[in-house]
Amino acid sequence: MFILWLRTWQLGIKSLWLHPMRSLLTVLGIFIGVASVIWLLAVGEGISRKATEQIESLGATNVIVRTIKPAELSLNSTRGDMRGPTITPYGLTRDDFHRLKSTIPTIVDSIPVREIRRQFTHAGRQIDGRLVGCTAKYQEINRLIMDRGRFIEDIDGINRHNFCVISSKVAERLFPIDDPIGRSINIQSVSNVPDPYVVIGIVQEKDPTAGIGGSFSAQDFSNDVYIQIDTFWSRFGDKIITNSGSSIEMEQIELSQVTLQVDKRENVMKTSELIRMTLDKHHSKMRDYGITVPLELLEQARTTQIMFMLFMGLIAGISLLVGGIGIMNIMLATVTERTREIGIRRALGAKRGDIVRQFLIETIVLSVVGGLLGIGVGLACVPATDFVWWLLSIYCPHVVAALPDTVRNIQPIIVTWSIPLSFIISVVIGVMFGLYPAIRAASMDPIEALRHE
Amino acid sequence: MLAAKLDNVAKEYVLKGETVRALRGVSFEAPEGDYIAIMGASGSGKSTILNLLGCLDRPTHGTIVLGNDNVTTLDDDRLSTIRAKRIGFVFQAYNLIPQLTVIENIEVPLYYQGNITRKARERSVELAKMVGLGSRLGHRPTQLSGGQQQRVAIARSLVNDPYFILADEPTGNLDSVTTAEILDLLDHLNGEGRTIILVTHEDDVGARSKRIIRLRDGQLESDVRHRD
Repeated sequence: MFILWLRTWQLGIKSLWLHPMRSLLTVLGIFIGVASVIWLLAVGEGISRKATEQIESLGATNVIVRTIKPAELSLNSTRGDMRGPTITPYGLTRDDFHRLKSTIPTIVDSIPVREIRRQFTHAGRQIDGRLVGCTAKYQEINRLIMDRGRFIEDIDGINRHNFCVISSKVAERLFPIDDPIGRSINIQSVSNVPDPYVVIGIVQEKDPTAGIGGSFSAQDFSNDVYIQIDTFWSRFGDKIITNSGSSIEMEQIELSQVTLQVDKRENVMKTSELIRMTLDKHHSKMRDYGITVPLELLEQARTTQIMFMLFMGLIAGISLLVGGIGIMNIMLATVTERTREIGIRRALGAKRGDIVRQFLIETIVLSVVGGLLGIGVGLACVPATDFVWWLLSIYCPHVVAALPDTVRNIQPIIVTWSIPLSFIISVVIGVMFGLYPAIRAASMDPIEALRHE
Repeated sequence: MLAAKLDNVAKEYVLKGETVRALRGVSFEAPEGDYIAIMGASGSGKSTILNLLGCLDRPTHGTIVLGNDNVTTLDDDRLSTIRAKRIGFVFQAYNLIPQLTVIENIEVPLYYQGNITRKARERSVELAKMVGLGSRLGHRPTQLSGGQQQRVAIARSLVNDPYFILADEPTGNLDSVTTAEILDLLDHLNGEGRTIILVTHEDDVGARSKRIIRLRDGQLESDVRHRD
C-alpha cells in the first residue's frame, strides 16, 4: 500500500514536471499567499512586540501617576516680569503620596520621584541633564543595570549624604580618563552655586522609552544623575528657578512622579480607580496629574494586535483563495487535456477512486510546492527587510531619514506558528480546490474518454 | 474452460430520447486458446461487443461470464478490478501513457492491482524482452515507432495474465510490414495458448484468426471456424 502511494506521488510529480513552466506559474498564487501570510504576521508581530515591550517595561502591576503642568498655568506662565515672579504650586504632593500609600491596601510599594533639568560639571567639563531624586527601588522599576559601584540607598537619604549615581554617558563626558567612582561632580544648586556630590555608582546605557498612549511622555535616561529623594528635597526644595538667558522660570512642584506597585494583576484596574478618586478630592481646582496604567495599555495593545492579525489574515486569506482558484483552473484544463490518459487508465483497471487520488495528489503537490517556496521566502523576511533598509539608506537616505521612528524601527519577528499554519493551509487548499477537477476526471465515461482525440 | 461466454446479450442506449439497439441478443462462447476475429461493417455492434467484453460497459439483457467471473451485474469498482486483473487491452492507437517509460507503461495494470513487487517488475522486463524491446525499457512512447509502441501495448496486455487479449483494430495505424510483425506476434502468443479476441474490419487481418464472427445490425450473422 505504501509503495502504491509512493508511486502515485512519483507519478504526480512526473506529470507536473512535464510542464515545468505551467506548474511554476500555477503555484505562484499559493506561493505569494503563503509568503504574505508569514511576512504580514512577522511585521505585525514586530510592531506589537515593540509596543508590548515598551509597555511591559513600565511594569504590568504598576500604576504611574505623573505631575502634569496644567494648561491654564502654561498660558499665563510662571515667567517673571518686572513685578517679579508669581508661583502657583501644582502637581503631586508629599501628602498625596502618603495618603495613597496609607489608605489603599492593595498598594504594596510606592516610589516617589522628583526630576529637574540641571547642569553637571567637573573640572571645567559640563553636561546638561536630568537630575532625578528617587529611592533605591527606582533602579529595579526602570531596569537600570549597574556598570560599577552601587545605586543610591535609602540610608543615604537618612544620613543626608551627598551621594550620586551617574549614567555612563555623563561619566564619559565628565571623566574622559579617570574613574569617576569616589570623585565628586558639581550639580548646579538652587542659587546656581555648584554643589559637590560624590559619585558612588555608574549605570549602563539604557534605551529611551517611547511616549505611550499620549499620557506618558518619552523618557531619556542617557544624561541622568540620581540622588536620594530626601537629599533632593533638603538641597533643592520644591521651588525651582531656572535662569534661561533673558527670562527666569519658576516652578513649585513636590513630586514629579509616583510609581505605585499593586499586589496582584487583577487588582490593578480597581486600584487605579481608587487612586484617581483619592487624588481628585485634593486636586479639584486644577487638572495637574495624569495616571498611566501599563496593564490597560497592554490590553489595548493586545486588542489592536488581534485586530491587526485578523486584518492581515483576511488579506492573506484572499490571496490564498485566488491562488487556490488559479490551481483549480489549471487542473480543470489539465483534466480535459488528459482525458485520453484517464480513459486508458480506467481501461487498464483504475477505479474512480484511483483517478481522484491521482489528480488530487497532483494538486496537493502543486500547492505544497507553492507553500514550501512561500515558507522559504517567508523565512527570508528578516534578512530581506534588513537588505531593503540597507538599499534605501544607500540610494535614498533622505527618504529614510524622513520616515518616523516607529516605521524605521520595524523589525519583523517570524511568528513560529505561522509556518506550520501556512503549510497546513496550502495542503488544505490543494485538497479543496483539487477535489472538483479530480472528481470531474473520475466521473468520465471510460469509453468516451478513450475515444477522445 | 471458457475464456468468455456471452448468452443472449443485448445492449440498448437512449440517445436524444430514442432507444438505439446496438446489440440484439448475441450469444457465443470463446474457449481458452481460441483466436477469434469479430468483424462487421460500422454500426454492426463490434465496438459494443468490445466494450462489453472489456468490462467497460454492462449489458441491458443477457449474461456475460469471463473465465470464472460473471460480470453481468458488477458495479463500477468491481469491473475495474476485473479489467486490471483479467483483461489485456490492445488498442488501435496503442494508448500508451506519454509521461511513462516503456517498463512503467507495461506495469500500469499491475499498479492498479496493487501488485508492485520485485517479481512483478521482473515479469514486466521479461515481457518487454519477449516483444523485442528489452533494450528500450527507459524510453518514452514518443521515442518509439508505431510498431514498437504496439509491441509495448501487447506486453502490457499480457502483464496481468489475462483471460484473453482484447485487441481493437491493432494494426489499424500500422504499415503493411509492421502489421505483419504484429500479427506474427499475436500468432505466436496464440500458439503459446493465449486466447485472442480481435475486432477488425480488415479481411486479411481477420483471416489470421481461427474463427470469424460476423455481426450485422447488432445480431450474429455468421460464426465460422476456418482453422484449428
